[in-house]
Order: sequence, then structure tokens, then C-alpha cells
Amino acid sequence: MTTLVLRGARPLGGPATDVRIESGVIAELGRGLAGDDVLDADGLVLLPGLVDLHTHLREPGREDAETVATGSAAAARGGFTAVHAMANTSPVADSAEIVEQVARRGAAAGLVDVRPVGAVSRGLAGEQLAEIATMARSQAQVRVFSDDGLCVADARLMRRALEYVKPFDAVIAQHAQDPRLADGNACAHEGELSGRLGLPGWPSVAEESIVARDVMLARHTGSRLHVCHVSSAATVDVLRWAKARGIAVTAEVTPHHLLLTEDLLSTYDPVFKVNPPLRPSEDVQALREALADGTIDAVATDHAPHAAHDKDHAFADAAFGMLGLETALGVVAEAMVHTGLLDWTGVADRMSLRPARIARLSGQGRPIRVGEPANLTVVDPSSSVVVDPARFASRSRNTPFAGRALPARVVSTIYLGRMTVRDGALLQPVGAS
Amino acid sequence: MTGSLRAQSDPAHALLSAADVGRTLDRIAHQVIEHTAHTGFDLVLLGIPTRGVPLARRLADRIDRFADVRVPTGSLDVTLFRDDLRMRGVRPLGDTVEPEGGVTGRTVVLVDDVLFSGRTVRAALDALTELGRPRAVQLAVLVDRGHRELPIRADYVGKNLPTSLTQTVRVLLDEIDGTDGVYVTGDRA
Amino acid sequence: MTRSLLSAADLDRDEATALLDAAVRMHAVQSREVKKLPPLRGRTIVNLFFEDSTRTRSSFEIAGKWLSADVINVSAKGSSVSKGESLRDTALTVAAMGVDLLVVRHGSSGAVQRVASWVACPVVNAGDGTHEHPTQALLDAYTLRGRLGELADRHVAIVGDIAHSRVARSNVLLLQTLGARVTLVAPPTLLPAGVGGWPCETDWDLDATLSGKAHGDVDAVMMLRVQRERMTGGYFPTEREYAAGYGLSPQRLDLLDEDVPVLHPGPMNRGLEISSAAADGPRSVVLEQVQAGVAVRMAVLYRMLAGAAEGAA
Repeated sequence: MTTLVLRGARPLGGPATDVRIESGVIAELGRGLAGDDVLDADGLVLLPGLVDLHTHLREPGREDAETVATGSAAAARGGFTAVHAMANTSPVADSAEIVEQVARRGAAAGLVDVRPVGAVSRGLAGEQLAEIATMARSQAQVRVFSDDGLCVADARLMRRALEYVKPFDAVIAQHAQDPRLADGNACAHEGELSGRLGLPGWPSVAEESIVARDVMLARHTGSRLHVCHVSSAATVDVLRWAKARGIAVTAEVTPHHLLLTEDLLSTYDPVFKVNPPLRPSEDVQALREALADGTIDAVATDHAPHAAHDKDHAFADAAFGMLGLETALGVVAEAMVHTGLLDWTGVADRMSLRPARIARLSGQGRPIRVGEPANLTVVDPSSSVVVDPARFASRSRNTPFAGRALPARVVSTIYLGRMTVRDGALLQPVGAS
Repeated sequence: MTGSLRAQSDPAHALLSAADVGRTLDRIAHQVIEHTAHTGFDLVLLGIPTRGVPLARRLADRIDRFADVRVPTGSLDVTLFRDDLRMRGVRPLGDTVEPEGGVTGRTVVLVDDVLFSGRTVRAALDALTELGRPRAVQLAVLVDRGHRELPIRADYVGKNLPTSLTQTVRVLLDEIDGTDGVYVTGDRA
Repeated sequence: MTRSLLSAADLDRDEATALLDAAVRMHAVQSREVKKLPPLRGRTIVNLFFEDSTRTRSSFEIAGKWLSADVINVSAKGSSVSKGESLRDTALTVAAMGVDLLVVRHGSSGAVQRVASWVACPVVNAGDGTHEHPTQALLDAYTLRGRLGELADRHVAIVGDIAHSRVARSNVLLLQTLGARVTLVAPPTLLPAGVGGWPCETDWDLDATLSGKAHGDVDAVMMLRVQRERMTGGYFPTEREYAAGYGLSPQRLDLLDEDVPVLHPGPMNRGLEISSAAADGPRSVVLEQVQAGVAVRMAVLYRMLAGAAEGAA
């Protein structure tokens, strides 16, 4: 096996060091190290490989929008070494067969650790529990269960799900959206702008009320709850209240909710249509502060690829969702690092360590130490790159950041000791394996 | 620019003074009477907006004075019938006011201030068909500046004014401009 | 005037007034024996309707035909999403046929704006979702001018399902542009989110508004259609209670001066938002609105298509 040396990298933005990687682990740290392959990382920031808790890979069912392989490539380009493939595929990932198939496809692509998320309810119908235990015990070892895309609206079902996952130390990741307060048509933050634009409103309270209910259920059951894509300031208040009482709740925020605001909707361009919707700037500010102080634990992309023909509609008729994997780190750097809210240690914590812990993922989100698995990301903190969707590894192009300059380019990604991305380019073409 | 316009609007530079305009209209009125008396004055005067409308009224007053006949007047907006709408852009629409008794079966005298390419008159002939079917149509203009682009001629001409294409002929009328007079501006190429 | 007419906010006061003045001229054509003018000869207008509307479609069709344009109706209802064709495909396909102007109606807010961003020709919004219906606002303003004269400082009450009404949105914008004052009257469940930020007043009490006690004398009343499915949506409990609170009953009609016009964009729910006494009485200008619709749309089509450049006027 060859040895790889990263020369002059700065772990978590600290003092520069060489990193020798051998047999998939960090073998040595120090200056003047030698190896078969040397990456000049002078002045670049070294982070633990990023871990995404919330990724839509669309396979099986919508391979025209994304596959496990293309999504893995997009993840690697974005600096990720692990992603969690959401269950709302077609067929739904509610059985051991489907989750094992997704895991196998991920392993075959070999670019990132693809961890399937299992459905909470059979067919995402919100009525009966899916075969959670079977999925947990399968080769895919599912530890995150979610009906994401839909809310587990029924309180009794949510309670049962929280109780049922206890033997596996798994977590229920809730898409918090009361379907009676925000139905499937709801597509814009309910407020003055939605009123003027005549777009069906998605009121923040539809999220806040479910989170409030669910933290009480988590308290009652003593189980772990994870809140997906928090979008409102009042949800942050509820989370803060719950955490102060020791309730086992964690939460994530998407990169786009950290940077974009609802006023983009005035163009009616569905590239800005996402669920939950973009909110006013006061919410964005509250989300940034909550991520900074740890009330929100993690950044998760909610990477949601869509074919162009699913977006070329009127706003209300177009599909929900935005790409996230290939822009996430740049957006977080702009929203959190450049604003002084997080340093690189904080970024590593929110984008790698904590998400790995929430998902009970060993070998990911580890400190940069000798003997740890070499899942690493090399970032150029001083770069600025204009987002060009044509260069994405994702099969889709629905990014809201096209044409926007973002900082912190991912120079290189190392997965299990092997470089998957070098100087921003994939080393292994998709489909080669 | 303003200075030169004022100089050219100076009565001293007028090609037709206020008094000239009055005498010219007198003459046109007499000619109209002469040429239409045989119809029993079954006649209407239709002014083409903007300045053709007051001219038509003035002619009607003179005909009343000279021949003791009250001739109905009206206005005929030709904007929607122009053939240069696409080139010249949207213009505000003028008024079309049908003369008392309509136009069908009568002699219609179209009245305009300046006859130039003839395109306005062509549009007026089309516009007129929307109002009815006159027995005959005639044309009276205060000034004929030449440069016809269509086979159209006036039946009554106040003054023939040879001009170059680079020049602009301006007719001022008391009802609209506060004074009467005809001016030519621009270089004679 | 902008290249497309997507929102009543696209018109400033001069442009709106010019359109209404032009509509007066166009209106004269309706009483002529020969109802045809030539300025749009050789021009092709397509009415691209993703949502049924006999009334608006016919009005645009007549307007275009009286200006000598060729008018083609394309009913695209259910064609896009359900058949898998995107809105963009439908719009580009129709526009590729050599169309000079598209009149578009769609059930989703912002759809017409999207279409305008894809095609090269000007687009007129004939109603998009619960967003806007600018030519309806123009015909309402035209009707009001006919009854009230200039609209500056006039006070118009708009009553009913404001939240879901594109007519209300366009009217608020245009009436404000023309200097009029607007009061929106509806139960709280049928007022849009954030209506406090709109350039108008709002009230829950129709009697206090109509009597002039709440916001000053009312010069005109516009009743909006209330769709019966709002009842199942929980916006109000029963038709009876809605009619009692917000219907223009004969008793409420008596609160108004004799010369206060009553407007309704149609089709009317008699007995729900409007009584027959109000709909058929001397204050009703409902049929004048329909006539005005043709004249106003003629003016809009003429101003958008006749000239290449507005600057030349």
C-alpha cells in the first residue's frame, strides 16, 4: 500500500503539520514526513471528512435526477466522507432489501460512506411502523429513521417510533410540518410576502408546534429525537428549552437556511422552492446563532436533486428542494466563519463530529490524531469560487447559488485513506467501479 | 435650441402671418362654397386631429358668414388606421366625433393643416369608411409642402410651400397654440 | 408601458391613465355598425389558458378581433403537470408558432411571470392563481371613472375573500396608483397574511365600513366572489353566517348613497356575497364592467402591439 502525505496542512486551522496516511489511517503527524504521494497542502485547512445527515440520492426510482453513484461523487466533491440517504425513494426504503441495496450501491461507488436512512412508517404513509428492527439489524445497520419529505404527524405513531428504536440506540429524524397547518401546497413562508405574491403560506408555527410536541414525546419516552432542517427562530427557542432540561433532542439546519431569505421568492423561480421554505432574515440570524452556540447541533444539506422538467413549472407546481452537497462548506464558511460565529474547530464539530455521533457512525467524525481513520477534507480558506452548476458531479443542476462566489473551496477529500478528490476534481470517474 | 425656436416663431420670420392665415381660410371657404353649392350644401367638414379640427370649425364659421349656411363639423381620428404604427410607436388616440346627421350620402371635406406624404389622408379615407359611405370626399389643407408618397392631391390648398425633406413645417393656431402662423424650421438642404 | 403586463404595479399613473383614456376611444367602437379597426392586422394573439374562463377569454378574443388581430385560443388545461410536459415546454411550443402576443391565464401564482421570462413576445397576465389580474383592475377602474370621474381621493371598499383574490390584489395596486383610497373588508380568516403592510385599510365590519363610520364615506363597493369550497376549508362556518356578516343584502344597500356603484367581477353567487337586489338594482354596474372589459383589453393590446417603441409617442 502506498503512503500519502499531506504537506503543511493546518488541522482545524491550527499550526501547520505534515500528515502521513497509511493503510487507511493517520499514521504520523509532524514535519518533514515522506511518502509515495505528496499533496502540497501549504496553508490549507484540514478538517475531518464531512458527514451529512440528510441527503436525497433518489435511487431507487428517480435515477434521472441522481443515483447513489452520482450523489456520492457530488458528496466527495463537497468534502463529505459520509452521507445519509433519505428513505423517500421509490420504492420507499422501508425494508431491509431496499436499505441493503442502497448500502451496496454506495460501497460499490466507493467514494463516501453511504448510510441508508430507514422509513419510520410503511410506505411513508404515516400509519403503521415500518420494519425498523429488521432494518437496524440488516447489513445496512440503519441507525437513523425518518419519513422525511413527510411529517410523522400522528402523535401516537411518533410515540411508538421513539420507543421502538431504543434497543438499537437509533434516532427518529422528524420532518416537522403539521400537515393541517401547512399542507402539500404550502410553498412560501407565510407572511407579508406570501400574501402579496399569492403563494400558499407555510407558517412557521406548523414546524414549531410539531417540534414542541415531539420534544415532550422524547421526554416522555426517554428516546432520542432529531429535528430535521430547523427553519424558524421559535423552533430554536423550543430546542433551547428542551436541551436545558436534558431532553435527548438534536437538530440540524441546512446551508441554504443559513444564507438565503424569503425575498428571493419574488421572482417566482422554483429554484428557490424548498421545504421548509426560505424564511425572513430574523430567522436566518437566529439559526446562525443557534448553530454557533450548539443549540442546533449540525449542518445537514437536505441535498435534493431534481430534473429540470420537475422545476420548469409555476412555483406552486414545481418540485421542492435544492442541491446542497457541492456548495455546503462554502455556504457555511460564508454564513458562519466569515461572520466570526464559528472557527474551523466549530465547523468540524457541526459538520462532522456531531452528525457522526447523532447517527452513531463509527470511523467518521473523528479527531485528527494518529491511529484514527483517515477520512479527511482539505479546504482552501482564502479561495473564492463562482458556483458553476455545469461543473457539478450531481446529475441535477437545481442550485440556488449558481453564479454566486463562495469561499472555502474543497481542494481534496480523503476517504478511508484514499484520495477521492484532488484539486477539486474527482479522481475516480463515476461508474468506473 | 430654445433661442433658435423662438427666433423662428418670431412673427417676422413667419411664412404665413396671422393675417395671412385668416385671408387664406377666407379664400378656401369661398372655394368650398363655389364647388359644393350645387349639392345644396349637403356638406360636412371633418377635421383631422389635432389642428385640422379647429381649422374645420373656422371654415364652417366662414361658410356660415359668406353663404349663410350652417355646415356640420366633426373630427376624424386616423391613428388606428395609420400604416406606420409599427415604425413610429404608440401614439395617443385623438377624438372621433361624428358630425350631426352622419356622413353617409353627403359630401365630406376632410380638413388638415399640412399635406405632406399623403399617408395621413390615406388613413383618413379608411377611417371614414367606418363612419359610413359619403357621396364624395374632398380634401382641404392650409399648407401643401410637397413630397407626396401616394397618389393623393388636395381639392383646396391654402398655400403651396416647396420645402426640403430636412425641414419641418409648423402650423400654429390660436385655439391650440395661442397664436396663428406658419413657420418653416431646419436647414434647406 | 413595460413590454409585458404582468401586474397592475407595472403601470404608473400616466400609463394607467393613458390606457383608460385609450379605452374610452375603443369603447366607441362597440356602438358602431362596423366593429372593426385595422391597427393589429397581420398580428397573431394566442390566448393560452391553463384555467377555464369563458368570460375573460371571450373578452380578450373580441378585443383582439375588433383590432383585426388573428386570435387563437389554446386551452392548455391539465396539459402540463399531469401529462408530464413542463410549463416551459408548453409556453415555448406555443410561442414558436410565430405568436406576437400571449395572453396567459394559469391557476398558479407567478406562472405568467415565468412564461414571460421564457418567451420572446410580450405577455399579458389574464389571471395567475391568487396573485394578480391586472386587466380586471383596469376594467374596474374604467367602470369607476365612468361613474365617479377621476379616482383621486375616492374611497373604494372591496369586500369578500381577499386572501384568495387576484382581483383584489390588482385593484389595491391600481387604485392606489390612481390616487384612490381602498378599504378591504373580510372576516379575519379571509384577509391575506401581512395585509397590514398593504397600501390600504382593512376592517372586519362591513356595516361600519359601508355606513362611512369607520373609514369615511364610501364612493364605490366591490363585492368579490366567495368560493363555496372555502367553507370546507374552515374559513367560515356556514353560507348563512357569511351572508349575514359580509353579503350585500338589501338592508346594507340602504346604507349607501343612491349614486354609489356596486361592482362584482363575476360570476356572482347570488344570496351569498350579493343579493339580487344589489346585483340587479340601479347601483349595479356589473354589465358596464363586462363592456369595459373589451374596451380596456383593446387599449392594452393596441398599446402593447401597435408600436415598436413607447418612446416614440
